[in-house]
Amino acid sequence: MSTADAVAAVLWLGVTFYAVFAGADFGAGFWDLASGGGERGARVRAAVAHSIGPVWEANHVWLIFVLVVLWTAFSAAFGAIMSTLFVPLSLVALGIVLRGAGFAFKGTAARGRNRHLADRLFAFASLLTPFFMGTVIGAVASGRVPPGNAEGDPLTSWLNPVSLVTGALFLATGAYLAAVFLAHDARRSAPELVGYFRARALVAGAASGAVAVVAMFLYRDDAPYVYEGLTGDALPLVIASLLCGIAALALLWRGARGARVPAVGAVVTMVWAWGVAQHPYLLPQTLTIEEAAAVSTTLTWVLVVFAVAVVLVLPSLFLLFTLAQRDLVEERPEALLPEGGGGGPRRVGG
Amino acid sequence: MLTSLLDPLPLAAASSELLPAREQMALTLGFHIIFASLGIAFPAYMLIANYRGLRRNDPDALELARRWSKVAAVTFAVGAVTGTVISFEFGLLWPEFTARFGDVFGVAFAIEGIFFFLEAIFIGIYLFGWKRLSPWAHFWSGVPIVICGVGGALSVLAVNSWMNQPQGFTLSRGLLRGAEVTSVDPLKVIFNPALAYEAPHMILAGYMLTGFLIASVYAVGMLRGRRDRRHRLGLLIPLTVALVATPVQFLVGDTAARSVAADQPVKFAAMECVQETHTHVTEYLGGRCTEEGVKGGIGIPNLDSWLVGFSADTEVVGLDSVPPEDRPPANTLLHLAFDAMVGICCALLALGAWFAFVWWRRRDIPRTKWFLRAVAISGVAVGVAIECGWIVTEVGRQPWIVYEVMRTEEAVTGASGIWFTLAGVVVLYAGLGTATVLVLRSMARRWREAGDAAEESGGPYEPPAPVATGGER
Repeated sequence: MSTADAVAAVLWLGVTFYAVFAGADFGAGFWDLASGGGERGARVRAAVAHSIGPVWEANHVWLIFVLVVLWTAFSAAFGAIMSTLFVPLSLVALGIVLRGAGFAFKGTAARGRNRHLADRLFAFASLLTPFFMGTVIGAVASGRVPPGNAEGDPLTSWLNPVSLVTGALFLATGAYLAAVFLAHDARRSAPELVGYFRARALVAGAASGAVAVVAMFLYRDDAPYVYEGLTGDALPLVIASLLCGIAALALLWRGARGARVPAVGAVVTMVWAWGVAQHPYLLPQTLTIEEAAAVSTTLTWVLVVFAVAVVLVLPSLFLLFTLAQRDLVEERPEALLPEGGGGGPRRVGG
Repeated sequence: MLTSLLDPLPLAAASSELLPAREQMALTLGFHIIFASLGIAFPAYMLIANYRGLRRNDPDALELARRWSKVAAVTFAVGAVTGTVISFEFGLLWPEFTARFGDVFGVAFAIEGIFFFLEAIFIGIYLFGWKRLSPWAHFWSGVPIVICGVGGALSVLAVNSWMNQPQGFTLSRGLLRGAEVTSVDPLKVIFNPALAYEAPHMILAGYMLTGFLIASVYAVGMLRGRRDRRHRLGLLIPLTVALVATPVQFLVGDTAARSVAADQPVKFAAMECVQETHTHVTEYLGGRCTEEGVKGGIGIPNLDSWLVGFSADTEVVGLDSVPPEDRPPANTLLHLAFDAMVGICCALLALGAWFAFVWWRRRDIPRTKWFLRAVAISGVAVGVAIECGWIVTEVGRQPWIVYEVMRTEEAVTGASGIWFTLAGVVVLYAGLGTATVLVLRSMARRWREAGDAAEESGGPYEPPAPVATGGER
């Protein structure tokens, strides 16, 4: 394995973490949006906020990580993607700003109405960002992003069936992951919501599978290089993803514990299947990892900085998650129930 | 119709996106720089109050630390989001810059990523720790936030100073795509000569902005008659630190200006509106910059030469040393921004002297309302000074994105429609800025009304409030 491949693996690791953590985070926003009115809706939103609260920022730093590694180690690919896909990536950034603002203000705004508005903004942006991120991945995978400054088509590069189905896949997978996590967290903080989230996890899991099947057909016609990879070198990973998905659904169906592991496994194996299918290309059939790679000194530095990051960040992250989990254990379930009748949303959609 | 709107323009017209791209970058960075400054320094003020609270068993100081940590969390969240936008814009607006030099300056950002990550994690831990850690363990969990704030600032400033004093790489001149980087020395990139003055200048600016801004909030409260001990403490802690930082900043800024005169003489010429290279150069305060020199300013003979080389015989390089296309635009803006920054720093020095004198005589803050009024506007004044300093650095570097290596027009995206995203950004950031101010004010109001009983959670990074929606009568 060359140094460039090693850095590409680091990049993919970042993509994996982003897909799992931010994906679940976006999905939680989706369930927030779909929570509906009344007391139960308020309780669902409280459960969502409870699960996301402390780890929100940490989940999204992975995106910064991916962007920085991409522009440092594979700057040509970064320039090509960001310029050709200017429109969807601007919308991704818009979603990030709205989400961050909603996150910052939904617990701090003065009036309930404004908190509610911030909460809706947060939830709406949770759809915007992953969907357009998906169209970006679809554009790259189908070879619609040539190297250079805005050389690809500004619209059809991401407004095409493959990109759209990938966007839909991102939404569905995030919702699925989130529902699995929320069902798990609810066991301790809001037991009456376990069934609620389990049912939604099953639906979202089945929907993810269905979208994935449609995607495979579209990829066969429109993204042949990646499709051949998925059915060739990456086939074991695709099968693993399928098995993980089925296992998670089966566990959910039977109401058993432990669905989180195979659910995450299904997403992780899919991300790596995509990576293996694309290898050795970063931009399929126009730019390889080796061609895009930075000079070797920079690549080595990226690996060193990554190693330092692992040593410093992982223990800190562990500490944060431990504290967050301890809070879940300590807090009494009724603390999550809205007090009085003022908890319901007054107007859905702000 | 949309398609025709977004079609790539012919190459000759491609640079029509340069202006909106620069405006969008200016707007988003100008917004972010305020929150980045708060992110650098706010945790330090919070910990000073925390330390005092624990050491002297001072509940007022502890309460201040608790409130400041909540404010810091909100500003940090806004800073994190606007910072993410900047990293998108590196590609969305300047893909040629990043494509060519990403592997040169990228390592600094990778290091910044670690600091940022740790900062986010420890802010979460600190906010959690108010109830769940022992008091001193909690205090120490805040220390990494301060270190990471400074470390992150150093890393970002390494990139900006490298853009002003690029070194540590070699370029091969290719035929097709202009140039390609063939070797990189990340240590030389990071520790470029401009870092030595840019970094302390900006970090001190962050501490000054935060200190004066916090103090100004309590000064306003005292002017409105809230003269309790907590207001006094909330004024004194940040004001003292910020006033100590001011003279240091004055010296650092002076060194920075002299270094710019040596390293980027054309930028300095634009700041001072020196048209021709000569000796015995007059220093002008204010005025318009024209091709015949400054009009309407106050001139002090020989002072500019003195400031550059401690002698009237010092030769100051003029704008005529380079062809017109290599000179920065908007010279009057640069000149006035520089003067405003220096002027504000001088005014703050005077404020500090006043405070120090009265404190030395009476161990008290000056009794006159004019002192509180001055403190009340000091926070905003430092904000203005930071924007001015940033205009001087960035606009003064034009037409180069990488000084004397790459022009900004070479770096701009080939995508079209930046006017639309610029309009969107204007609306979005106006909303974001307004919401931030309103939310911070409402937090202050709620604390005031609830008094010591104020126990709430649900801010960013915190365990959420028991009631997530509605609730308030």
